[in-house]
Amino acid sequence: MRPVPTDSFSPKNRRSRPARTFARKLLPFSGIAVLVVLWDLALSVGGGPKLLPRPLAVIRAIGELGERGFLVKHVVASLFRVTWGYVAAVLVGVPLGIVLGWYRRGGMALAPLLEILRPISPLAWIPLAILWFGVGDVSAVFIIFLASLFPLTLTAMHAVRGVELVHVNAGLNFGLRAPELLRRVIYPAILPQLLVGLRLSLGIAWLVVVAAEMIAVSSGLGFLIIDARNAGNRYDLVVAGMVLIGVIGIALDAMMRSLERSKALAWGYTPAADADQPRVERRDTARASALP
Amino acid sequence: MTPTTGVKVRIQGLSKAFHTNGHEIRVLENIDLDVRDGELVCILGPSGCGKSTLLNIVGGFLPASSGEVTIDGSPVSEPDPRRIFVFQERGVFPWLTVEGNIGFGISGLPPKQKAARIAHYVRLVGLEGFETAYPQELSGGMKQRVEVARALAVNPDVLYLDEPFGALDSITRLIMRSELLRIWEAEKKTILFVTHDIEESCQLADRVVVLSARPGSIRRVVDVDLPHPRDLSSPRYLALRDSILEEIGLAHRI
Repeated sequence: MRPVPTDSFSPKNRRSRPARTFARKLLPFSGIAVLVVLWDLALSVGGGPKLLPRPLAVIRAIGELGERGFLVKHVVASLFRVTWGYVAAVLVGVPLGIVLGWYRRGGMALAPLLEILRPISPLAWIPLAILWFGVGDVSAVFIIFLASLFPLTLTAMHAVRGVELVHVNAGLNFGLRAPELLRRVIYPAILPQLLVGLRLSLGIAWLVVVAAEMIAVSSGLGFLIIDARNAGNRYDLVVAGMVLIGVIGIALDAMMRSLERSKALAWGYTPAADADQPRVERRDTARASALP
Repeated sequence: MTPTTGVKVRIQGLSKAFHTNGHEIRVLENIDLDVRDGELVCILGPSGCGKSTLLNIVGGFLPASSGEVTIDGSPVSEPDPRRIFVFQERGVFPWLTVEGNIGFGISGLPPKQKAARIAHYVRLVGLEGFETAYPQELSGGMKQRVEVARALAVNPDVLYLDEPFGALDSITRLIMRSELLRIWEAEKKTILFVTHDIEESCQLADRVVVLSARPGSIRRVVDVDLPHPRDLSSPRYLALRDSILEEIGLAHRI
């Protein structure tokens, strides 16, 4: 009689597992693929007036941008503005939010002002930005700065207010006072929430840069879109710009998410902690039974 | 432990009231208590009797409404690293490893000395092999050990424990009690231990301070003159336990 193979070594499982993971990796792209096919089908069947360029035309347009060096130029221009505006907002907003969260009175005095400014679309600031800084990079950077500043400051402030009292008390008990307490207890305690806030506000910054570039400057992906339309109704270039914006946006988001997954921060996100649970439970029972 | 040493913590005429929406809630009333150096005192009372409030005042986290707490003769006004408060295991910092937590209060030491001190307390609380683990990877009992080790690492002379084992399962709780006694005998600290568990107080304490329901005041102080390790089935232990049960007004029949 032949030995019965155990589950994990059965040839059937060995073949199906990579196939399954492959299928799972393809799944996120299936929606995009279906959309592209439907998009192309609708345009070739519908006939009528062209309301959209065909997918292939968009791909060719991206290729054209690449060949003429515009791709790198516009992407770099947009990323440059986002980086400066966003970094400035982080440097101002995070410390400001921490201080406002910690010193209740400061928070009470300034929070209403921030809450009023926050719902104003950053785009509403464009006329003032142009008045103050002229047409150019500074205006665009300023708009992005404002767009990220309010959500960042408020996230940091609310996160500080939510820090567990036991952790603050433990810090106080070990002799820490304001600056050290903020650095060694408050800051690490809010980091998981802060990273979520950083990711969301980077998303906002990326949304806003496109709009700012349509009005205030003459480079970047936003400018590409508006210029392609104005200069000759090149809607293939317009959609190419949109696709690029989407792809870069998702890449920025993935970058921020990878920060959130660091081990030291796993405590802030419960799903990430699950993977370790069974292994450690087992180790602990071994430990407990070894005790006299 | 024989009470030959002097008074460490002195609580005199201490009262506490909270004011909410114009109402005054009296939580503690006229507490007088002396805790001797190296003594393990349990403060026992029903939920909501103000025993945690009492410990928070003694620890310097809350001001008293009247009365005073002195340690070694000087009044307590704020938290102090010479007296460490151990919260339930919630108090460990989840963003630090076991080592990081235990070394939290001794960041001023030279690196070598700090590492040696951390290693010593990791061993004392039996967490070898878990030095680089994060709290979310540990069980409740292990987190509690981390917190005790973090407190001991700064070499405080008083430890305040606020129902430290309340969230643990009953087996782990028993293990932790004997661990605490072992550590207490090794380190000779003064310990104030708040609990609502009668058995726990009789197993651990030199003296059990029984508080009344709110407003909390001292009903009785019971000397537990039994040497460690205590035989939990000896007639003397059972008699002491029963007298406290009666004091609280519970018949020990279910």
